Amino acid sequence: MTGLLVTQALNGLQLGVLLFLLAAGLTLVFGIMDFVNLAHGSLYMMGAYFAAIFATKTGSFLLGGLIAVPLTALLGYAIEQIALKGLYRRDHLDQVLATFGLILFFNELVRMIWGPSPVYMSPPEFLAGTVNLFGFTYSAYRFAIIVVGLSVAVGLWWLINRTRVGMLIRAGATHAPMVAALGVNIKALNSLIFALGAGLAGLAGLMSGPILSVQPGMGDPILILTLVVIIIGGIGSIRGAFLGALIVGIVDTVGRTFLPIWLGALVQPTIAQAAGPAIASMLIYLLMAIVLAFRPQGLFPAR
Amino acid sequence: MFPERVDFRSPEIRFAVVLMAVLVLLPVYTAWAGQSYWLTLMSRVMIYGIAATSLNLLIGYTGLVSLGHALFLGVGSYAVGILAFHEITNGWLQLAVGVLACGVIGLVTGLVVLRTKGMAFIMITLAFAQMFFFLGVSLKQYGGDDGISLPGRSALAPFDLSSGVQLYYVILVVLLATLYFSWRLVLSRFGTVLRGIRDNERRMKALGFDTQRYKLGIYAIAGMITGVAGFLLANLSSYVSPSTAAWTVSGELVVMVILGGIGTIFGGIVGAAALLLFEEILAGITEHWMAVLGLSIVVIVLVAKRGLYGSLRDWARRRATGVRG
Repeated sequence: MTGLLVTQALNGLQLGVLLFLLAAGLTLVFGIMDFVNLAHGSLYMMGAYFAAIFATKTGSFLLGGLIAVPLTALLGYAIEQIALKGLYRRDHLDQVLATFGLILFFNELVRMIWGPSPVYMSPPEFLAGTVNLFGFTYSAYRFAIIVVGLSVAVGLWWLINRTRVGMLIRAGATHAPMVAALGVNIKALNSLIFALGAGLAGLAGLMSGPILSVQPGMGDPILILTLVVIIIGGIGSIRGAFLGALIVGIVDTVGRTFLPIWLGALVQPTIAQAAGPAIASMLIYLLMAIVLAFRPQGLFPAR
Repeated sequence: MFPERVDFRSPEIRFAVVLMAVLVLLPVYTAWAGQSYWLTLMSRVMIYGIAATSLNLLIGYTGLVSLGHALFLGVGSYAVGILAFHEITNGWLQLAVGVLACGVIGLVTGLVVLRTKGMAFIMITLAFAQMFFFLGVSLKQYGGDDGISLPGRSALAPFDLSSGVQLYYVILVVLLATLYFSWRLVLSRFGTVLRGIRDNERRMKALGFDTQRYKLGIYAIAGMITGVAGFLLANLSSYVSPSTAAWTVSGELVVMVILGGIGTIFGGIVGAAALLLFEEILAGITEHWMAVLGLSIVVIVLVAKRGLYGSLRDWARRRATGVRG
């Protein structure tokens, strides 16, 4: 039982750091430009496809990743320059609509190029086994995801709190027009953040390629989870994105495993079997509803 | 903008009159041509038109951009599916249960979602629809992912819905009722307050209106109308599945409202017709019509700043007045 709990908690942590990689870019662009990019999930999907294709072509997971992540960042930059740049000053409705169109486009594009069936991607060989964590064995690859995700979190913390660019990002998130008035090219700054966010989404796609199936539409469910993360954490806050991602990851994973069991202890097994998975799959949305009901600004708002 | 003045020479009213005439006479043509393709397609168009019209009450007249409106479509159709599964085929009962469920869900979720504004509102409505979607997926006894095939259409005496033509006219009557109801609602004091909230909520509050109550009211009403659409959709396709409440459906409903015209009575049905017929044509040309549709949506948003409808109207007005702009 303890072993299962530890494993599931680690799985939750692993989902959490993946969600953080996605939420970080999304929340920063929202904070500065008041713009939400629903096509962020498509960037994640493109990242996973790039990784799967180049990892197979080069025969090396790392090399594939080294190509895929910058390529996704570049794709994000291109999308921003071509389609989204003109939408910053427009209504939220227009932004939602245009990025919704992009999702339809990208989902069909990958189906056109790589076919409707999932593309296989294997984890690198040196991460194929398991690791021993204080007596618990755990998949080495999943552990690597946690390590990479946490390193990125530390890196982002350093970037935002300790560098000049980070200072501008924080200032832009607090009061973008004032930063622009002080002579900072806020649009270029935002393009940079957008590309950075796309790169992080690509990294998430790369990391999840070997454990999830790489297929058309794979970005849609995770996009919704990311939106939940941002709402729970507080829109525009990177700290909120991190803590929100961990909360959502752990609650979702642990809930799916243990809710049916715990429920079985309370009510009849047949009811628990029927209701357990249903409630578990709704758990994070319930959590979000509760958070919004008591703290509409999210748990860790950006001041 | 002002629904109280109906100008029968205006292009949109002319278009609406033509559309209505086509809709009323269509079954005559399909009976004469001896094929039901257009009948089924237009039934679907009208059902989505009903849902989009009610969404327009939220987006266009109250300024509430909901990206989770398919939730109510799903609830309405699951009321049919689940009751039919338990061999309760009385359509009136199914309809009542569905609409009531939509009303209750609208009120309860409305209490939560209306606490937020702007982007957060968009995302939380989306999340609630997803919640229902995953609930449907996890209901294994009702088919889970695959949904339920209905053994037959609901028994909605005195109508015989197993006849495609009768179902078509029932849908048409519901559509007309929805349009009339929306028109009267927008004209009413209630609707005037809603438009006030859309334009300046703070001022409405300062005037002493409990804006939250008005928003909650219209949120539940729009949900209930869409619940009726869900009932009709389940009957049209004889099939109920979580994909009815998929977030792409919510997205398409928003696209319909924008294509047809935000804050116009006929916007919903015009947009539903435009989008679904466009999809149908594209699907006939290429297997990858979704890519074309997606790009078209992006281009329309980027180029036509006031939506397709708004731009067309501007163009028509400029032509009529001879002003170059």
